[in-house]
Amino acid sequence: MALLLPAALGLLFLVLPLVGLLVRAPWSTLPQRLTEPAVLTALRLSMQTATLATLLCLALGVPLAWLLARVRFPGRRVVRALVTVPLVLPPVVGGVALLLVFGRRGLVGSWLDATFGITLPFTTTAVVLAEAFVAMPFLIIAVEGALRGADTRYEEAAATLGAGRWTTFTHVTLPLVAPGVAAGAVLCWARALGEFGATITFAGNYPGRTQTMPVAVYLALETDLEAAIVLSLILLTVSVVILASLRDRWTGG
Amino acid sequence: MRGVRLRAALAAVTALVVLGLSGCGDDSTDRPAADDGIGGQLTVFAAASLAESFTRIGQDFEAAHHGVKVIFNFAGSSALANQINEGAPADVFASAAPANMAAVIEAGDGDGEPVTFARNQLVIAVPGGNPDAVTGLGDLTRPGAKVALCAERVPCGAAARRALDLADVTLTPVTLEQDVKAALAKVRLGEVDAALVYRTDVRAAADDVDGIEFPESVGAVNEYPIVVLEDSGNLPTARAFVEYVRSDAGRSVLTAAGFQAP
Repeated sequence: MALLLPAALGLLFLVLPLVGLLVRAPWSTLPQRLTEPAVLTALRLSMQTATLATLLCLALGVPLAWLLARVRFPGRRVVRALVTVPLVLPPVVGGVALLLVFGRRGLVGSWLDATFGITLPFTTTAVVLAEAFVAMPFLIIAVEGALRGADTRYEEAAATLGAGRWTTFTHVTLPLVAPGVAAGAVLCWARALGEFGATITFAGNYPGRTQTMPVAVYLALETDLEAAIVLSLILLTVSVVILASLRDRWTGG
Repeated sequence: MRGVRLRAALAAVTALVVLGLSGCGDDSTDRPAADDGIGGQLTVFAAASLAESFTRIGQDFEAAHHGVKVIFNFAGSSALANQINEGAPADVFASAAPANMAAVIEAGDGDGEPVTFARNQLVIAVPGGNPDAVTGLGDLTRPGAKVALCAERVPCGAAARRALDLADVTLTPVTLEQDVKAALAKVRLGEVDAALVYRTDVRAAADDVDGIEFPESVGAVNEYPIVVLEDSGNLPTARAFVEYVRSDAGRSVLTAAGFQAP
């Protein structure tokens, strides 16, 4: 009993806010509201940017996870700690940091502006970068975990048979950890979809260009509570679908 | 084995996420009553553009009334109005425009009628030294010019819309910010070439930015209303604070900050 009561309270605490969202949802006008151009624009932008951010995370994060799991080098623990920093960092701090590096007067940004005439803040690219920054650790941790759990004898066998590092990676390692990569990518996508703090700080807010779903929820709250609830319902639905797709590896057991 | 490891990794991710979500709140209110009933803690929700002057007025008010502690929540007036209507504990609301005040009054959250205590006017904020030689609203439509505006539901955004309409200028900003200080910050950071903000904001940030006056802003002057909130648990102090803002002492702080008399 001493454990069951707080456990029940904990469950209630987690579930009740979601129930509240469902209770206050404007069900009768939901179909019209879901098809409002502003909603669809934000939804489309969120889907596109989260997908691009996930692709970026896969391209950079999987090799980084491989490095952490398979290569012994001095300072590996420091690198692993650095990789997880965006996970615990408040996203708005990440946004400020991105602004200071990729902003028009930033370390890299001023060079980009002077050399190529490219400025990143307030662009859709900025949204993708902000989302990738906060989401990549999710992918790296999942993939590194999968790599560490995978049997290295297959890789050793491939190497003995003359396969190079790249061939071994693409033909042996990746297929072995594919489920882990997929799970990591889904988590990464979900985190990117929900990104708010770094996005509004680094990319600002403009409909169709940088106004993603979470930013739209935040802004709608001030003028149109029902619109905010409708947008939140969409994000809640996506989250539940994501969770369901991961049920065997995450919620099973 | 692989599944176990993966599950452990995911559990670690979950734990880290939970850690990252911790926050804190403090609802403690102690209100020892003095003879005139003025004392204790006072929570004032005020428009972002009032940050500097109200902080000063709050200090003066605390000095004038022993035992009073004034706590401010500065944000866009639309956000504040929404917070008040959703039940945020506040004693006084000072808005940068009548429209956002009306949202609170219509919801029945006001104690009495709001009164106008100041007026404010838009200027074009540009980086110090005005590197792009901006002289008026028309210059903001130059190709490649990056401009930050407030979102239209925020008073500075509504005023910007009126001024741009009056000037017959069609402007596509790079971002619509949630309060005037956020728009100003984009200029200070050098991320935009200009922003439409209040004269008072430019004066408060005079080290970093210059303010360019433009004629159309006369047609888009904002009136600032203030009201005591009905749910205030500290009505005597709330009323005294509103009176203080409207007194000569309060008005001189506002004037020094660049506000105009009501």
